[in-house]
Amino acid sequence: MIRINSQPIQSSLPDKTPLLNLLRDELGLAGAKLGCGEGECGACMVLVDGRPQTSCNLPLWAVKDHDITTLEGLGSVERPHALQEAFMAENAGQCGYCLSGILVSASALLQHSPRPTRDEICAALDKHLCRCGAHERIIRAVQRAAQALAG
Amino acid sequence: MSTSAPRAFTIDRNDGRPVLPGNLHINRLLSQWLDFSHPGVVRVFTGKVELGQGILTALSIIAADELDVALDQIGMVSATTLEGPDEGMTSSSISVQDSGSAIRHACAEVRYLALQRAAQAHQLDILSLRVNKGRFKSAEGQDLGDYWHWLQDLNLMREYEGLSRPKPYGELTLHGRGKVPRVDLPDKILGRPRFIHDLRLPGMRHGRILRAPAAEAQLTNAQHPVPTALRDRWSASGVQCVLDGRFIGIVAESNLAADSALGELREAVQWTVPAALPDMHQLADFLRTAANEVTYPIQQGELLHAGDGVSLACDYLKPYLAHASIGLSCALAQWDGTTLQVWTHSQGIQNLRDDLTKALGLPKTAIVMRHVEGSGCYGHNGADDVAFDAVVLAMALPGDPVRVVWSRADELSHAPLGSAHLVSLRARLNDKGHITHWHHELWANGYSSRPGRAALPTLLGASQRANGQPIPLAINPPLAAGGGSDRNAVPAYNIEHTHVVNHRLTVMPLRTSAMRALGAYANVFAIESFMDELAHASGQDPVEFRRRHMTDARSLAVLNAVVERSTWWHLPREEGVGHGVAWARYKNTSAWCAVLARVQAGETLRVLQLDVAVDVGRVVDLDGVINQTEGGALQGMSWTLKEAVHFDRQQVTTQSWVDYPTLRFSEVPVVTVHVLDQPDQPSLGAGESVQGPVAAALGNALFDALGVRVRQLPLSQDHILQAVNESA
Repeated sequence: MIRINSQPIQSSLPDKTPLLNLLRDELGLAGAKLGCGEGECGACMVLVDGRPQTSCNLPLWAVKDHDITTLEGLGSVERPHALQEAFMAENAGQCGYCLSGILVSASALLQHSPRPTRDEICAALDKHLCRCGAHERIIRAVQRAAQALAG
Repeated sequence: MSTSAPRAFTIDRNDGRPVLPGNLHINRLLSQWLDFSHPGVVRVFTGKVELGQGILTALSIIAADELDVALDQIGMVSATTLEGPDEGMTSSSISVQDSGSAIRHACAEVRYLALQRAAQAHQLDILSLRVNKGRFKSAEGQDLGDYWHWLQDLNLMREYEGLSRPKPYGELTLHGRGKVPRVDLPDKILGRPRFIHDLRLPGMRHGRILRAPAAEAQLTNAQHPVPTALRDRWSASGVQCVLDGRFIGIVAESNLAADSALGELREAVQWTVPAALPDMHQLADFLRTAANEVTYPIQQGELLHAGDGVSLACDYLKPYLAHASIGLSCALAQWDGTTLQVWTHSQGIQNLRDDLTKALGLPKTAIVMRHVEGSGCYGHNGADDVAFDAVVLAMALPGDPVRVVWSRADELSHAPLGSAHLVSLRARLNDKGHITHWHHELWANGYSSRPGRAALPTLLGASQRANGQPIPLAINPPLAAGGGSDRNAVPAYNIEHTHVVNHRLTVMPLRTSAMRALGAYANVFAIESFMDELAHASGQDPVEFRRRHMTDARSLAVLNAVVERSTWWHLPREEGVGHGVAWARYKNTSAWCAVLARVQAGETLRVLQLDVAVDVGRVVDLDGVINQTEGGALQGMSWTLKEAVHFDRQQVTTQSWVDYPTLRFSEVPVVTVHVLDQPDQPSLGAGESVQGPVAAALGNALFDALGVRVRQLPLSQDHILQAVNESA
């Protein structure tokens, strides 16, 4: 059994199946994205017990009895997470393919470090590739979310 | 069989018909742009597609402002062959000019037609009517209905006539002001399905392609490339193999099964790969000596021969670059025996359909194309190729939709590349330190192999089928469309004797095509590095040296703006810190851009700040312009400091993000963008003006910091050390 966004999930997929396949193909969660299949780009980032991990190369056996949070688990359309609000307010992205993973990592950062410096934000997001060059506004959006959460 | 004539790079406005604004000229019916049949919603059609550049947002601003409707009343409908205009490609930073101008004028006309009906019915002066959120009011505040009421029995299948001019800038309330929310981003931030990767069709099956490792690779056992035992085992588990020449695909019931079968296929199939590629360590020699065809973008005044009073001569080299989209190329196709449906993130669904007709022998009318958003592509990546892959598999399995997705390795090694590019510059200065002679010679492959432009299809899979023809050589758009490898090769400076020689390679060992800014990136890097070298060689200030050679007020204004508004440019440099400047006017006819870079050169090169000023004429979406400029600057910085595609004599060896590092958050400098306000000037695209100037500004800053000139891109540790050793 795996808990995904607080829901217990039983899967009949083979143990070695990457978690991302379960999320996207079986559960129809569109948030986490496939970018490389090798854990190198961060597009598929999810939280495992609150810690960011790439899901494209994470076998199901490794997350048995663990808590998984995806972008969909951070907030909803009706009640977005402060980060989602901030990213929308800042137009923080260009094509947006990297954003799901970045939002997930940023949420873990804000859990541990509610008022992160620019350097801390960059360090927390350093595993994530953004090809469009939206980095500046993504950093601004994380700062904005931190302020909103603090205020 | 219907064939499609190759598509030109520019609109033919001398076709005997009255010239209409933008792409209205080739899509003349109002109904091709606007639909009011859904009460409360204005459907705005565009043939342009969202690539992450924010075009849907910019176009919705244009429509909302012209019609006086709210942004949330606009429903943008992007490219499909079922309805809307044919606008060819979304490329070259011309969407706001061509599509935006058409939408603006179509909206002005429909607004007039609707107001005219309301005014006549109420016997009021049309000029006294006001519109707010699509509702009409008299001067006294009387409600007079709305667009949907007055247009319900008006057939918009009528040609644009120019009945009313668009509004003056002063009456536009959304243009160039503040931050308009992006149309597409909320879905992507909230995790709602929006990308083509998220599209699921009923009964959908999953395809993969085993790509030949190189263009000239042959199957070692062409008769039976896939072992019978493997195929038997697959057929028991629902995996089908589609084999056509060197095109090998599989279709399975799930992504997991498809990935697993592809792994087995890769193990089983043997290739013979000839040593057909150049030596990547001797790239300049290859470019200079390869067979080529010569054109002369400018031949003005005397020719400056090597060794004949040359003040300075330098060579600059750019490697092959990958588009390196974060998302994988992906497409869906379905064939029912008569109609082929294709879902694609191609930049040009019409061009792609043209090439599908050539490759398949199907008439255009049998093919329905729909654009679905992909990740940023930055030019011609694998989007078109993967669509053809999906089509071949779907046609082999009639009925079921087939989804194909490429791998990261495919993305980096089989998608078209940005060409390697060598520039050799020489110049003569007079005794007053003014340039009198300039000679620019360049060698590169063409910068376009996009579908739709050649007699033969340019799709990778089509070239690999049994009856396939080799992919046509990459060509260059004509200078009237901005040029290709010669884009920005003509210096935008006042120089009496100027010659540019363009060698387009007529061999193409690595497939090249359009990558953002085309040749402008390498040419501006070379020209603006060389200007810096000339300034230093003659003891002149690099900014002043450029100013004295500039030819127009807007060039001067953009350079002055970036220098005057910088908070650090005039400050003394600390140890190891260098400042660099560069500028260009994209295509010499489009947006102006000037860049200042501040770098720290120590163990590694660290970029501290990038200041950018742009003049894109009238700004439609201010935050969109800033976003494109920031992003372009950072992507340009990534190309310049880090990127090069690697290959051995047989094949591309760049296969993963480890092989092809791109810019990371920890390397991002502070980027400051100044947008010059020019509301009375035509809008110019904002996506590609900055990459060339950023490259040169970084090289110039590196020189300022170290006193060493690096002329080979990327400005990597290796190339910096090499330049240090050579100068010692």
